[in-house]
Amino acid sequence: MRIGDAAPFWRAVIDAARDARGGKLDIDLSGAKVVDGAIMSLLVDVRADLDRRGVASKIVGASPQLAPVVELYETKGGGSDSEAKPAVGLVERVGRGTGALVDAARHLVLFTWELSFSAFDVLRRPRKTDLARIPSLAEQAGADGVSIVLVLNFLVGVIMAYQSSKALRMYGANAYVADLVGISTTRELCPLMTAIIMSGRSGAAFAAELGTMTVEEELDALRTIGLSPQRWLVLPRVAALVLVAPVLTLLGDVVAVVGGGVVAALSLSIGPRAYLSELHGSVRASDVWTGLVKSAVFGGAIAFIGCQQGFATTGGASGVGRRTTSTVVTCLFAIVVIDTAATVLFRALGR
Amino acid sequence: MTPLIEVKALSVGWDGVPVLEHASFDVGDGEVFAILGRSGSGKSTLFRALVGLEAPLDGSIDLRGVGAPRLDGGRPAFGVMFQGGALFGSMTVGENVALPIERWTTLPRRAVAAMARGKLRLVGLEDAEDKLPSELSGGMVKRVAIARAMALEPSLLFLDEPASGLDPVTAAELDALLVTLRRSLGVTVVLVTHDLGSIVGIVDRAVVLDEGEKRIIGTGSPAELEESHDPRIHAFFAREVEPAAPSETS
Repeated sequence: MRIGDAAPFWRAVIDAARDARGGKLDIDLSGAKVVDGAIMSLLVDVRADLDRRGVASKIVGASPQLAPVVELYETKGGGSDSEAKPAVGLVERVGRGTGALVDAARHLVLFTWELSFSAFDVLRRPRKTDLARIPSLAEQAGADGVSIVLVLNFLVGVIMAYQSSKALRMYGANAYVADLVGISTTRELCPLMTAIIMSGRSGAAFAAELGTMTVEEELDALRTIGLSPQRWLVLPRVAALVLVAPVLTLLGDVVAVVGGGVVAALSLSIGPRAYLSELHGSVRASDVWTGLVKSAVFGGAIAFIGCQQGFATTGGASGVGRRTTSTVVTCLFAIVVIDTAATVLFRALGR
Repeated sequence: MTPLIEVKALSVGWDGVPVLEHASFDVGDGEVFAILGRSGSGKSTLFRALVGLEAPLDGSIDLRGVGAPRLDGGRPAFGVMFQGGALFGSMTVGENVALPIERWTTLPRRAVAAMARGKLRLVGLEDAEDKLPSELSGGMVKRVAIARAMALEPSLLFLDEPASGLDPVTAAELDALLVTLRRSLGVTVVLVTHDLGSIVGIVDRAVVLDEGEKRIIGTGSPAELEESHDPRIHAFFAREVEPAAPSETS
């Protein structure tokens, strides 16, 4: 009997063992000329199952040629001593989940505390921070992402104008397309779209880079040469995204308005001059700067989450992958929560 | 020899669960000291505690003149080489070695580069200064990591598995480098290793950890350990399968 015979053999053995209750059961190998390791593994498993049900089992009749393989698997397999792993109950699962949650919260609080402390300490000892990396990080997050930000925000402007054009035409309010596009994109949609793009690009990149550094012990190496990873790696990244996000959002505002203008001209017969004039009358400076302030906060949050997830990485390459995915999901969640809070706050402040 | 490191009743572990308990030993000034043991015996956890990356569960570590090892952002009192080298992938070899010098001196850039080159020359890699870590072989990565660990002229060097993953010739070259560092610069070396060639060739004294008992089961020179009557220590040095039921300790 070899591994190729395993499927029918397994069914036959299970059927034979199913009705065994109490007493004993001999597994007779006298008719077998060859038994390989795969078949022996199945026999060991069946014997362990029989043992749990109170049936004493024994392998008998093995020829001298088969004895070594039987002995090997009986010893290594644990035979009747092996026990099935008890199933994890609901209470234990909830307990484990809660423990993991508490652990994650503890990690987050520690990370936030160390980062806050580092931020204040930077003013005192700037040499301990890799400030020189901010421009290159800003370039990676900003300049390299400009094209996608421009394209997507342009399309957002186009979509907003198209979606509203039918209703506006119905009420003869074609010119108000500029109001709608201008206010919705500057206050809300461009900061959101830009933040979503940055989550996928920069947040995930930070998590992957720092996660790899964590599993490669590079963060430990930094600590052993007297450099705080928070100061050296996290602060420059947070600073870079806080600086870059409003710039990208501002560019996004411009192209979104242009996108709306193109639709206004082609679909609603609103000329550029009329469009710009209406835009000028409706979009206030506060609409733009509230969007920019929000995007700076989004940028800081994305960098924070990406770095925190990177630092929390365990388990090699698969751990890096898990943390990268988790970063994007967490960033999107955080962006919506921050946006909600900011909307309420700006409304309360009369902005 | 004067003890440079004194470890007393040390327990280390993860999440409060000890992997090594009541470990006591000392390392003399100028010694090459090895921490030996099978996988899971707590070598790496002990190593991380010795360099201050993990807090002990119990007991104490005293580095002469420094006290307990702490990585609190101050100038490090020792150099550390990690198992995989842990070179910063975005920096060149020269920049990796220069980083601690830049951080802890006020030297101009040119002087920092000269010092880094000097360290690379020490490990025979001055030509690799402008290469990225990804362009180096395993042995070269480890030698650069030693150069970086030596950058601030520490009198104490911690090395985690310096010979792992290297061919015997490269491992022997690394051993020769450690002997040179010790002889010429008087550096004390504490290393975690499995490599029997290193243990017999360059180590003055060693401790052997046991994963079953979670304790140190032997201390002494390689010759003394080889002569040990403890079957677990004997098995380690003879590269034999360890006896199932240990009966004595030494």
